Amino acid sequence: MSRVAAFEIEYVQYMDESGQALADLPNWATEVESLEHAYKWMLLTRLFDAKAVALQRTGQMGTYASCLGQEAIGAAIGLAMHPNDVFVPSYRETGAQLIRGSRMRDILMFWGGDERGSNPPIANQDFPVAIPIASQCLHAVGVATAFKYRKQNRIALCAIGDGATSQGDFYEAINLAGVWKLPVVFLVSNNQWAISVPRAAQSASQTLAQKAIAAGIDGVQVDGNDYIAMRDTLDQAIEKARSGNGATIIEALTYRLSDHTTADDASRYRSAEEVEVYKQKDPLLRLERHMRVAMGWDEGKQQSLKEQCQQQIEEEIQAYLTAEAAPPTEMFDYLYESLPKVYLKQRQQLFDEWQQHLGAREETVDTDVKESDHV
Amino acid sequence: MAEMMYWQAVQRAHDEELERDANVIILGEDVGLVGGTYKATSGLLDKYGAERVIDTPISENSFTGLGIGAAFMGVRPIIEIMSVNFAWLAMDQIMNNAAKVHYMSGGQLRVPAVFRIPGGTAHQLGAQHSARMEKVFMGVAGLRVVTPSTPKQAYGLLKSAVRSDDPVVIHEHENMYQFKGEVPDEEYLHPLEGSEVVREGTDVTLFGYNLSVHWCLQAADILSEEQRIEAQVVDLYSLSPLDREGIHKAVANTHNAVIVEEAEPVCGVGAEVMAIINEEAFFELDSAPIRVSAANVPMPFARNLELAALPDAKKIVAAVMAQRAAR
Repeated sequence: MSRVAAFEIEYVQYMDESGQALADLPNWATEVESLEHAYKWMLLTRLFDAKAVALQRTGQMGTYASCLGQEAIGAAIGLAMHPNDVFVPSYRETGAQLIRGSRMRDILMFWGGDERGSNPPIANQDFPVAIPIASQCLHAVGVATAFKYRKQNRIALCAIGDGATSQGDFYEAINLAGVWKLPVVFLVSNNQWAISVPRAAQSASQTLAQKAIAAGIDGVQVDGNDYIAMRDTLDQAIEKARSGNGATIIEALTYRLSDHTTADDASRYRSAEEVEVYKQKDPLLRLERHMRVAMGWDEGKQQSLKEQCQQQIEEEIQAYLTAEAAPPTEMFDYLYESLPKVYLKQRQQLFDEWQQHLGAREETVDTDVKESDHV
Repeated sequence: MAEMMYWQAVQRAHDEELERDANVIILGEDVGLVGGTYKATSGLLDKYGAERVIDTPISENSFTGLGIGAAFMGVRPIIEIMSVNFAWLAMDQIMNNAAKVHYMSGGQLRVPAVFRIPGGTAHQLGAQHSARMEKVFMGVAGLRVVTPSTPKQAYGLLKSAVRSDDPVVIHEHENMYQFKGEVPDEEYLHPLEGSEVVREGTDVTLFGYNLSVHWCLQAADILSEEQRIEAQVVDLYSLSPLDREGIHKAVANTHNAVIVEEAEPVCGVGAEVMAIINEEAFFELDSAPIRVSAANVPMPFARNLELAALPDAKKIVAAVMAQRAAR
């Protein structure tokens, strides 16, 4: 017997839980601006995320998927990608979406059940959030195929969770990425839980990164709560893809500190003790501690950044809450390139009913005014 | 006008569209080296290269999803799914993604993809190789579904589908690639919407699509020769959207309707056309519309049972006679 293949999976971590550097940091990570800039986005994401949950709890928004505890991943994606790359997200990369140009009001609109939120005024070709699990992996390799075919210097970044690695679409996508050497990066946020199914029940594979091996691409595991490790690993994978050297799976180890969505209650299936352990690994706390020790970050800077973020969030929430509803006829507007004849009649009918309804409402308002006059 | 076979018409459309627009690529199993199971892409690998005529791994969902992703970027993939029976494996990508993302992104992401899918009952291929899925596709808003009955339509519909920014499913038929017909020598774009009266008649309208148009024409000849009944035949080459006006007009002309579909009747083309007749032309009717459909069973493997399960000209004639007797 002889061995025909062997592999190993690297693990990347730069900071321990206290923010202490474990190794020589990459050059960019010794620059104050780089880390402060990332931290600013992570804090904004966290504060926004909490507000979004509050809006749902008070009936002002629909179901929302919190990214609490996973902010380092979103920030690293957003800051590592070039503007003209294409981001193919799942639903927990709010931070990356913000950095890439979605406004907070767009994100609130989307979760608030207004599809105009999926059409933010951004110049890039990023995809809307994919709700079916892993279906977007194939779109990402399609995007990468388009880049390769047109000899463009662009990459696709596909974000999925640990649960998505059980889907056929994921395996099919990494297979194509390998066989056609496509400029794509698969970022797996392994937050340990796919709703109530723990990572161990998802796959018998020792790491999720090693799924890359069977597809003939690279796989690496990284501490997803360590912004420096996250960003450095992404930079390398993106550069590799961009220079024509193929795809990478990055398994980012993290933890979903929140429920799966606001429609979930995670206390039904996991212990408070477990959550407590991961709270100590908080990505914001870690970067903040590192910046305090290494870069003179202090309470004053922290407070002023927080206030700045909160003000920004309040403005965006107001914009969301006061946005005018879309006309009902919009339900037909993006169905086809141009609306088939059979739909024109339906659209007209809806328009007429809507106008009638508006008219009736105005009459009601008039009556109200008269009544109040009597009072 | 030159006479050519159906597969040659499809091949020519491919060739011209690849030549015209560098965004057009072909994806599928055995479309390159072999030139397609039904020769519809023959010679194109040599002419346009492996970057544009792409043999994919055997995984329908893979290349369908990849094609949709590339289409989001403005590439215009013509995706050949070798047999419609295998399209079941790619249905989430076709129905849940291609059909919806344009809508869900507020028009931001278009899917200018073509899904060329041979289907129908060929010759003793058994239940899992004889699916007729047109009724499944036409039930999904956001897709266009067309189904050519002649080489001319096969040529012109493919060319129009490639140029459309909508996802278009082209339902071809495994048994029709050898059919011959006239195709214009000059470039021809067939409209993606509408229907076509392919035989004039005043006594009854036979609605068909794809292969069943030919059964309708045979039946119309028999009815004319043996019964002096002149049937109008309408080709519903666009299954989604269906041509409501054309259906209304035809029923107003003959006042009797028979719908012929190769698929099982439940939730099918016949049911939908009948509903449209009910909504648009009920008071034009002299008799209750009738469907001539396949038996509502998985397609049998045995030849005698297969034939028994499918519509044919004789069954259409019998339906017309029964309809007249009942009125």
